[in-house]
Order: sequence, then C-alpha cells, then structure tokens
Amino acid sequence: MQNVIVVTSGKGGVGKTTTVANLGAGLVQEGKRVVLIDTDIGLRNLDVVLGLENRIVYDLVDIVEGTCRMQQAMIRDKRFSGLFLIPAAQTRDKTAVSPAQMRKLIEELEQEFDYVLIDCPAGIEQGFKNAIAGAKSAIVVTVPEVSSVRDADRIIGLLSASGIDDCELLVNRLRPDLVRRGDMLALDDTLDILGIDLIGVVPEDETIIRSSNIGEPIISNEKSMAGKAYRNITQRILGNNVPLLDMDTQGNFGGKLKKLFSGK
Amino acid sequence: MARFRRKKTSSSNVAKERLKLVLIHDRAGTSPSGDIMENIKQDIIKVISKYFEVREELFDVEIKNTRDTKGSSATTLTANIPIRRIKNMGKNKY
Repeated sequence: MQNVIVVTSGKGGVGKTTTVANLGAGLVQEGKRVVLIDTDIGLRNLDVVLGLENRIVYDLVDIVEGTCRMQQAMIRDKRFSGLFLIPAAQTRDKTAVSPAQMRKLIEELEQEFDYVLIDCPAGIEQGFKNAIAGAKSAIVVTVPEVSSVRDADRIIGLLSASGIDDCELLVNRLRPDLVRRGDMLALDDTLDILGIDLIGVVPEDETIIRSSNIGEPIISNEKSMAGKAYRNITQRILGNNVPLLDMDTQGNFGGKLKKLFSGK
Repeated sequence: MARFRRKKTSSSNVAKERLKLVLIHDRAGTSPSGDIMENIKQDIIKVISKYFEVREELFDVEIKNTRDTKGSSATTLTANIPIRRIKNMGKNKY
C-alpha cells in the first residue's frame, strides 16, 4: 500500500469510518504520523467515531476556500500522538470541494505526514470522485452480503478506470458461525467473485459498538478480536506479512479438517 | 446424504450464484467500451453472415446460469440465431 489511501465501499453502513479510525490509530501506534480526512461533507461522522466532535473549529471546506490555514483545521488526537483529523463540513454539500482541490490539499499533507487516510462517502457521485482524486491506493470495504459485494465490484471498476489499481479488499463483520452453517458468503467465495487481493478480515464484534459509543478506537483493546484484526491490517499496510486471524472463515470441509488436525 | 444436499442449496451458495450472474451483467453494461452484449451480437452476426443469411431482428444473446447434467451450476453465454438460408459458397459452380 502506498502512503495516500482511500477507504471506500459504494454501499453505506459497511464500516468505512470505523476502519479509517482504527487503521489511523494503528499506524500511529507503529510510530507513523497520520492524517485522516473525512470527505463525507454534510454527513460527517469520523469525528464522533474518534470522539473528537467537541474540538472542531474549522473543516475541510474552510481549508479549500481559504477561510483558515491547513494547520488550523487539523485536530490533534491527544490519546494517539501523531494522529490528526481534518473533519468534513456539516452544513455544506459535496459540491463545496472539487477533485482538483483535493489533489492539491493531499500533495501538501504528504510533505508532513507518513500516511494520509481518506474516509470516502457512500455512493459513486461527486463525494466519491473527491475522495479518490488524490489517492494512490484503495481499501475497498465490504460485508459478506450480496448487495455490498455487488457495490464493491462496481467501486473496484470505477477505481481502476480512475487509474487506482493498487486496490485491496477488507471483508468486514464476518460471522464464522454463519459461514460454517452455510448462511454467509465464505471468504474465498467473496475473493473469487471480486478478484482482488485481501488486506484483511474483521469479524463481527460487539466491542466495536461499545467503542463507537464512547468514541474510542478498538485497536488498542488487546482482548478484542476486531482490534486484533485491525492491528494485523495495519501491519499489512506497512508491508509486513502477517497470517490471517484464525476463525475458520472458509466454511468448507477442508477448513474443518485442517482445524481438526491442528487440534483447535 | 441429507447433509450434502443441504450444503448444495445453502443460502450462501444461492448468494454466490446470484452474485456471479448479476456481476456479469453489471460489468457488461458498465464497461468503458460500451455495451458488451451489443458488441458481441454484432461480432457474431458478422461471422455467421459469411455462411448464413441471418434473421437479425430475431437474433438473441444472453448470459444465464444453467445446471449441467451433474447438477452443478455453470454460467453460459447463449446465442439464439435464426437463419433464413445457407449461402451458396460457390462450390457447386462449374
């Protein structure tokens, strides 16, 4: 993965914002300087997921319109030293920013940060175009459901048409029990259908709900399975090869057999 | 035996087959080179017309999920090409 990464999905509600918050915090814990940009103008949420909603003075639109300097709109996260957020404007719409303005902003941010993570809005219209404008790599988030996988396929096509070929899949909210029972798309099926590389799998996890309730990323929670999954994905972004979480995601006989013999 | 049958018709398998088909149509309809199905149709007509007079207005190409004799599903491209007559290729002219 390169240093400017857009997190996108097409479909809403699959976990883009939670992914950005946790991977941002994860990269910072690995000693990187990271800025997160919320491009969901009018429906901003990355601020609340991170628990930074009370500290917003300026936003993304203020920067591009020149109302403030870039530094003034960046909120420094006190819990994760080196993590910054540029929040979206809440009272404007997607047309308040253009792809050219995004490209220029990201060029400037790249000078100062190791990683720029962009939280993309749902949909394939202006907001999507803005979000991918300056990106070099993409993480496509999907849940193992027909509608989400279909939208992910469309997004992968659009990313490729925009010249973003470094594109990896994050399968979110997987339930191994349902996969085993044959009532949820198995990981291999999803990968087979979409035909792109996997960056990681995050299991369905109740601790995520608690974490967004209190506005604190789950990644620092050692006990949480989702936290562990995000830490693994962080390593893969950094180029380190770490094995997938063991949770019998294949739902096939071979997987069960392997489990039996590995004594788990 | 009941276990195997259940596996074959599990909802995740249904999801997989439905997705495969819908994505073929999505990709065909949204490719940068235009409507793939229409292009395929024109190309087939071009080839077939060398040998047959084709009734273009009844020509039909579609992609569908079918089951083979063993019951496993396959995605196939089916072309239904009504012909008016075979062309005289000139072999009988002396």
